[in-house]
Amino acid sequence: MSCERMESRILGYVDGRLKESERKEVEKHLASCAPCRLRVEEFRAVSELLDELPVIEPSPEFDVRVHALVAAEPVKQSWWAWMRVSPRVVFAAAMLLLAMLWFGFYQRPQTPQLPWSNPVEADAQMMKDLGVLEDNDLLSNFEPLKELPPPVQAEEDSETQQQM
Amino acid sequence: MVRTDVQLMLDVKAGDEASFALLLQRYRTPLVNFLYRMVRNREQAEDLAQEVFLRVYRAREDYVPSAKFTTWLFRIATNLALNSVRDTRYQKLEVSIDAPVTIDAEDGDEKPLDVPEKHPNIEQHLVEDARKKMIRHAIEKLPEKQRAAVLLHKYEELDYAEIAKILNCSESALKSLLFRAYESLRVELAPLVARASGRA
Repeated sequence: MSCERMESRILGYVDGRLKESERKEVEKHLASCAPCRLRVEEFRAVSELLDELPVIEPSPEFDVRVHALVAAEPVKQSWWAWMRVSPRVVFAAAMLLLAMLWFGFYQRPQTPQLPWSNPVEADAQMMKDLGVLEDNDLLSNFEPLKELPPPVQAEEDSETQQQM
Repeated sequence: MVRTDVQLMLDVKAGDEASFALLLQRYRTPLVNFLYRMVRNREQAEDLAQEVFLRVYRAREDYVPSAKFTTWLFRIATNLALNSVRDTRYQKLEVSIDAPVTIDAEDGDEKPLDVPEKHPNIEQHLVEDARKKMIRHAIEKLPEKQRAAVLLHKYEELDYAEIAKILNCSESALKSLLFRAYESLRVELAPLVARASGRA
């Protein structure tokens, strides 16, 4: 094993995390390499120094704050959960639907029987209304007709006599 | 019988709030310590740890036990810590450990220097405090990713595969990262290292 390759194993060796075969390989190298032996000693010393740092405890309010944050989270409901409404709501919706159906079919207002709903009667009515068009009073009172010049009655009469 | 992290998380997914409380109890101290060593500020570390737990809770419905729970947990924490460290807004709020009027207490709190003058072990206390301060300072001087690797490797005792996943790198890249980090620490802590290895 080279010194370069030791770089990836030296820390594992110091921490005892190497596999047995790797550990033996490292020890074989260390037996013949003084600089690597020194480095192992120094890394071990560094590791022990890091152990000296104290562990701090979270403040007493820490848990309370976390629980408060969690409690303030909006309750998530899945789409299916939204569909699963309470039985009361289902009952009320069913009753409402039944009521609407009942009103729709049995309480529908009776439509008046109009004369033209029967085709025969409609035709008769139309024929009856045609008389309005023959009403002379209506035509004689029609304003635009009054503005027309009077019919030339005399000329027409003389022409008929000459033909005879 | 002690339930595993994955079992607890699946119970949280099923709506069991008590299981979430157990996860909180199990990981609050390691998380706060990891984040404290990453961001160098206790209050900020606790805020970030709360955010980590909140994100875990929010993701409960989508949780699939495809990886170790700790990998997932510390990946969230590492990402938050790295973002926070890089965020200049937070850097302004950081309290320097070099501040002359403070000293690291046993529990890691930064408290005003208030040591009785006639304390019999005052010199010993000061030496120990200076030593801890030096170690912390050496860790803080590491580049962020190296720092995260060292903390996860040394204090959380995660294996290489887990740390590589958390830091989104290969195992060989992680080993190289850790080697460089320990080299920097060895240089930075040279006086203490020499004493510890009997070369002083």
